[in-house]
Amino acid sequence: MTKSTNAHYYAPGHSGCPGCGPSNCMIQVTDAIGKDAIIVNATGCIEINSSLYPNSAWRLPYIHVLFENTASVAAGVSAALKAKGNNHTKVVVTAGDGATYDIGFGAVSGMFERNDDVLYICYDNELYANTGVQRSGATPYGAATTTSFVGKEVRGKQTQKKPIVEIAAMHRIPYAASASIAYPQDLKMKIEKALKHEGAKFITVNSPCCLGAGFDGSISIKVARLAVQSRLWFLFEYENDEFKLNFNPEQKLPVKEYLSLQKRFAHLNEKEIALIQKQADLNYGRIKKLCGIK
Amino acid sequence: MIKTIEGSRAIAEQAVYCEPEVVACYPITPSTHIAEELAKYYANGAIKKFIAVEAEFSAISALIGASAAGARTFSTTSGQGLLLMHEPLLAASGMRLPIVMVVANRAVSSPLNIWNDEQDTITQRDAGWIQLYAKNNQEAVDLVPIAFKVAEQAMLPAMVCLDGFILTHAVEQIDIIGKEDVKKFLPEFNPEIKLDPENPVSLGVYAGPAHYQDFRKDLEEGMQEAKKIISKEGENFGELFGKHYNLILAHKCEDAERIIVGIGSLVDNAIEVANELREKGEKVGVFHVRTFRPFPREEIRKELEGKIVGVIERDISLGASPPIYSEVSEAMQGTQTIISSFVGGLGGKTITRPIIRNAFEKLKQKNPVREWIS
Ligand SMILES: Cc1ncc(C[n+]2csc(CCOP(=O)(O)OP(=O)(O)O)c2C)c(N)n1
Ligand code: SF4
Repeated sequence: MTKSTNAHYYAPGHSGCPGCGPSNCMIQVTDAIGKDAIIVNATGCIEINSSLYPNSAWRLPYIHVLFENTASVAAGVSAALKAKGNNHTKVVVTAGDGATYDIGFGAVSGMFERNDDVLYICYDNELYANTGVQRSGATPYGAATTTSFVGKEVRGKQTQKKPIVEIAAMHRIPYAASASIAYPQDLKMKIEKALKHEGAKFITVNSPCCLGAGFDGSISIKVARLAVQSRLWFLFEYENDEFKLNFNPEQKLPVKEYLSLQKRFAHLNEKEIALIQKQADLNYGRIKKLCGIK
Repeated sequence: MIKTIEGSRAIAEQAVYCEPEVVACYPITPSTHIAEELAKYYANGAIKKFIAVEAEFSAISALIGASAAGARTFSTTSGQGLLLMHEPLLAASGMRLPIVMVVANRAVSSPLNIWNDEQDTITQRDAGWIQLYAKNNQEAVDLVPIAFKVAEQAMLPAMVCLDGFILTHAVEQIDIIGKEDVKKFLPEFNPEIKLDPENPVSLGVYAGPAHYQDFRKDLEEGMQEAKKIISKEGENFGELFGKHYNLILAHKCEDAERIIVGIGSLVDNAIEVANELREKGEKVGVFHVRTFRPFPREEIRKELEGKIVGVIERDISLGASPPIYSEVSEAMQGTQTIISSFVGGLGGKTITRPIIRNAFEKLKQKNPVREWIS
């Protein structure tokens, strides 16, 4: 484990659920980044939990503007710092998967293409938590949300997650990676690596939402770890035009173990679970190929 | 220095002399020449940062970030581009960020139309931005440094609006104030609160029912306060450069019986018509609502009380009274002023001098009318 300090830059007192994955992500991310940074946050659970006037959980300079424009706001902050001759302060986006995969996607792509000097962190809880658990482009196949309902005809989300890291990497930005709150050393290493590059950097961090996914907040880290071990989330990175797998889930852990912990998958029958297992194995094959593993 | 130059290029040049540190633009007719010219200045090192964004939504969003980080910021857009900015426009004013933007007025879709009217900026009248309307290119150019100075004192964003094509694409003699002279008028931008790791603050926070309204009330008070700042800085500008500006322009209104009220380039045409009619002994005047936000209610009341007034506007509020007419009418409440409404010139139709002459003629009837013209 990385050493925790008493004075986190994401301070206690925010109103996240006990065991909130995204809040844990904010602590890990900001502690790894340090003092000389500016946070640009999208509308979402973190923003609502951390900035209720007159309080703030942020010990770093912080700006929230809207749901879908963090990438552009950050581009502007970065440009202003450069215009003023400040080449040291880091500009860091923290945005949910809804803000990143969906509504802010165009702005994110624009930021990548321009290679703005910004570290973009997506805390991916695989749903819109803030508005009461709706599906996003990051919601996995089969998951029940309030807009991917389990009914007689349609049973949960019928499509897969966007491969956001590959999409980011294909913009040829200097660094893109996928991480998890259950692997703090890996996350820290990725943040440090990313920050060595000038230009656009992207890290998506699997950060389970206990409330939205339906499990007890005491097992958030376990859920996150199982996602990686069962090949439903991969720890990999893209740098210097190459992909690298940071953790190889060679030992196959059945997806069932991960799925069975969460209410959002409670409706799944054996056939559906088998399909998810197949998707996981296919994705593993795809990622291995991408990362040049035989 | 006086130059024979296209309106757009003069505006870009004057903006550059105001030394914005971050510029972000996206092309849209008829503001494109301004954006292109700024990109050229950037390529030649006259602007520190030019962000060639992927959409207007990102242009204004980037400037929100840059302004919050303490930079002087500038952009330009038109019509659909301004409409795409709607959500961040309100965020910018709510956060009290003095971004300056030149809007080359254009009609709104649908149907698609690239030509001029003022529907685009009028639809954004409640966004919390100062809105200044130029009646000619010289005024548009002068209003750029004035807008920066006012915005940065009032801590409010400001739009300088000018008619697309009619002004942006007109080549004429324009006096541009040089960089060194601009410095005498416009000090460096140094906001008290900004994003700074040495002094971390949280901006754009979430406010509940206990506090939210106070922020909005504060914003409204800031807008009201901006009237004084506009008057003062218009005067300061006049003292330095010999070109005087006020919230409004009342042309021969004092002894006038009939007055045409308008915004934008039709005002210059109306002034020409009024001057002709004056020569024939008719007591007519023209009133330019140069500042539409904050709305110069008191000035309007003072100049228009007891007159016969016709508001000509090139915008509509669908299903309601025309916006400028309805606001002028509200300002004149409780007075004997007779107010008529003329709407026209949409999507590039011109408000010609004969049309204006006709409107002055209509006012002789003394009964208020509501008409489409042109
Ligand atoms: C333009 C716009 N549409 C919708 C919303 C409502 N809204 C606020 S946050 C949110 C979902 C956020 O989801 P995500 O980005 O995944 O973050 P999370 O809440 O999970 O932390 C939505 C739909 C909004 N604020 N703005
Ligand atoms: S709803 Fe989910 S994301 Fe929001 S605070 Fe709770 S656990 Fe965190």
